[in-house]
Amino acid sequence: MLEDFIRSVFQGVPVGAVYALIALGFTLTYKTAGVFNLAFGAQAFVAAAVHWELHVHNGWNVAVSAAIAVLVVSPALGVALDFVLFRHLRAASSGARLVTTIGLLVAIPNITKLVLRFTRHPSTGGARGLFSGPDVVYRPFGDAYPITRDELVQLGVVVVAGLALGAMFRFTHLGLRMRAVVESPRLAELGGVNSARVGSFAWALSSAFAGLAGVLIAPTYQNVDAANFFELVIAGIAAAAFGSLVSLPRAFAGALGLGVASTYLATVLPTNSVLARGLKPSLPFVVLFVWVVIAPGLRGQRDVADPLSGVAPPPPASAADERSRSLTIATRGFWSVVGVIVAWAVFFAINDFWLKRIQVLLAVGVIFLSITVMTGIAGQISLCQAAFAAIGAFATTQLAVEQGMSVLVGMLLGGLVSALVGGLLAMPLVRIGGVWLALATLGFALFFHSVIAQLAVVNGGVSKPRTPRPLIGSIDFAADRAFIVLELVVFAIAATIVVLVRGGTTGRFLAALRGSEVAAASIGIGQWRSRVTAFALSAGLAGLGGGLLASAQQSVNYDVSFSPQVGLFFVVVVVTLGSRSIEGALQAAFGFVLFQPLILERALPWVINHIQPFLHVNAISGLFRDILFGLGALTFAKHPEGILEFQKRRSLNRIQRSIDRRKQQPTEAGSTP
Amino acid sequence: MSPLLELEAVDASYGPFRALFGVSFSLESGSALALLGANGAGKTTLARVCTGLVAPTAGSVRFDGVDFSDRRAFEFARAGIVHAVEGRSVFATLTVEENLALALASGRKRSELAVAIDEAYALFPRLGERRRQIAGTLSGGEQRMLSLARVLVDRPRLLVADELSLGLAPIIVDEVYQTLARIREAGTTLLIVEQHVSHALAIADTAVILERGSVGYIGPARDARAHVGV
Repeated sequence: MLEDFIRSVFQGVPVGAVYALIALGFTLTYKTAGVFNLAFGAQAFVAAAVHWELHVHNGWNVAVSAAIAVLVVSPALGVALDFVLFRHLRAASSGARLVTTIGLLVAIPNITKLVLRFTRHPSTGGARGLFSGPDVVYRPFGDAYPITRDELVQLGVVVVAGLALGAMFRFTHLGLRMRAVVESPRLAELGGVNSARVGSFAWALSSAFAGLAGVLIAPTYQNVDAANFFELVIAGIAAAAFGSLVSLPRAFAGALGLGVASTYLATVLPTNSVLARGLKPSLPFVVLFVWVVIAPGLRGQRDVADPLSGVAPPPPASAADERSRSLTIATRGFWSVVGVIVAWAVFFAINDFWLKRIQVLLAVGVIFLSITVMTGIAGQISLCQAAFAAIGAFATTQLAVEQGMSVLVGMLLGGLVSALVGGLLAMPLVRIGGVWLALATLGFALFFHSVIAQLAVVNGGVSKPRTPRPLIGSIDFAADRAFIVLELVVFAIAATIVVLVRGGTTGRFLAALRGSEVAAASIGIGQWRSRVTAFALSAGLAGLGGGLLASAQQSVNYDVSFSPQVGLFFVVVVVTLGSRSIEGALQAAFGFVLFQPLILERALPWVINHIQPFLHVNAISGLFRDILFGLGALTFAKHPEGILEFQKRRSLNRIQRSIDRRKQQPTEAGSTP
Repeated sequence: MSPLLELEAVDASYGPFRALFGVSFSLESGSALALLGANGAGKTTLARVCTGLVAPTAGSVRFDGVDFSDRRAFEFARAGIVHAVEGRSVFATLTVEENLALALASGRKRSELAVAIDEAYALFPRLGERRRQIAGTLSGGEQRMLSLARVLVDRPRLLVADELSLGLAPIIVDEVYQTLARIREAGTTLLIVEQHVSHALAIADTAVILERGSVGYIGPARDARAHVGV
């Protein structure tokens, strides 16, 4: 037993050192830039990719290449992010800034892949750290406890960096100024601090730290892949949460503890059980979730408002919802015509390829309605909607195949199971709210991914059962067009529920809570019931949509449709295109499903090739879809109603004004003598 | 001698909302000016223009003969202008000592900074007792002391004090105004923004009354009472 533990310490400390690098960097970003930076892993990936490109691909000297990646590219990226984005978001809510970092998390790795052409030459061939040759193994404590050179370097760097950062905060004036700028850049300016420069420096520093982590951690994996860094960041955040995101020593201790604990668990649990295989990689996520729920320090942690935020000009008023009756009738008429044309195309013109996509679109639309409820109505950011959808998809499949249930009943039960899970999950979480709620849901999503979704009871084992199509009496929905009709009915019912909830008591309570929790509480609106209801409804809709999607595709494509990364992308797409309305969800589904095959691969190249003879474009890479939507999410802080919604309202207002003007002119002409 | 602070035909706005319309006045070194007016008259905006927090959209701001219209707030601060802002004016997440260190650091070496902080504690012993306390947990009066301690130690050239009496008990308000009198004796020029007219007029030589973003009265403080009707 004791020997097991000692071995776990030796094996776990290097793992913990990797977590610690991220935890320190994450704490640093939070303390000095005030941003809960989920894109930290993306910044690390950029440095690792640049290092790989220069050193492995182009054969540059390893030290030069690493120095450029860590000391030039990374700080420049940080300064650019500050300059273009975060400087302007200081007054935005922490939730809005979190969405911004999620957008970056999606966009940055894809931009990097595009710029470095990572897709053309596969990035295998060994990721590299600070040494060019193969790794060296040392055995100073006997053969039982080997330690590699990379691990030693990681451990050494994290200790030195931790001490240096600690010293910076304790003994230099710069650390103090950075913290002051985070709380209120204007108050700091009144104290004679150049807050713009201090803010840029903070970003350069934390980004360089991300780059250092990226280069050091790269050799841990076979190849340079953004997904690896993403999961590491979650583990790092779990460690940083131990220090409430402010204490460097506690973040460090948390990281080492996490490393040792996950190694120890793997040795004591029965080998090859699902628990042993799943729990080791998912322990950080479980710890993150549990810690967020139980930690007393985090619960009360709210944003400290900038006392001088009123100095900034108020955000532009969103265009009025009200428009004249004639304009409403005109727009409705326009959309009815579009609807009829689309319906005609769907039922008489288009081929199988597009039919399949329309089916996916409608199912995804139902899933996206769940984000309308969660983010648009309840004002919360949940990052586990894909997991809820997966619950529905798996439940539908299992109930139909194993229990022989009617598929439609299976879908409904799947939605209920998902709603139940969502409600249970919400109960401890709603008190916390904001960024921590988002993190806890991400913890759940990753736990679901690495443990629950791997269970044979859930995914049906190796046989991969096919999800059947529904059959009601004599109506068989196996045919694609019939299934589309069913999907339209389900979507209409789901949309009606969403509209009713939004306009009902729960919706109004949630709107009040979104405005101000304190003010809502003072007139007797509690957050618990309405938020748990919203969470359960949202999870239920996601589950229903998941079941529909599985039935549409006749199988559960877990990795393609329901993985945690896909879930992040869901949120990004919906908040970009409109999280407040039913149209927003449909637009998002269109963007998610059809943007790539229709716009990027066909319409846009066609237009480009026909307007000019010089440049011939084939299908445009799907990377652009992720990049565009990732960048689109950056507008969330400014236009929380969604960029498309914002544009639509603006142009409608313009039309309205020109109508008004035309109406006014005759009367004015008539009144002048 | 040119006046210490001089505003000429200043317009200012927050986005589409215009708050000041052609405001002009000047402030002689060593004097005290009371800036009065109803809610929404533009007092706080004018105070912010005087310290660089809000940039004027037209007109000019000159400090000690130098044009400051395009400068940023930290440059105003480094020139010797201190702004005690309305409401909370300390860093709530930092300790008392860190707040003082931040406010007193510019132009001082490490050893000088320690001396300056000790000076602040000598002036306000209550702050010394709470040096490790997070400033956000101080009472309103103690927070005011913390922001004024810096002014007493630093002896800036101009203090812009916005609504110092807001939310404070009358006895604390008296204390705050006694402190302002000390600050003036030490040679600092004062620009006091107040809704509680009597305190401000008692200490000021000149008064400016704003009415809907323009100057409605400018003249000796003792005649201002009749104008506001108090």
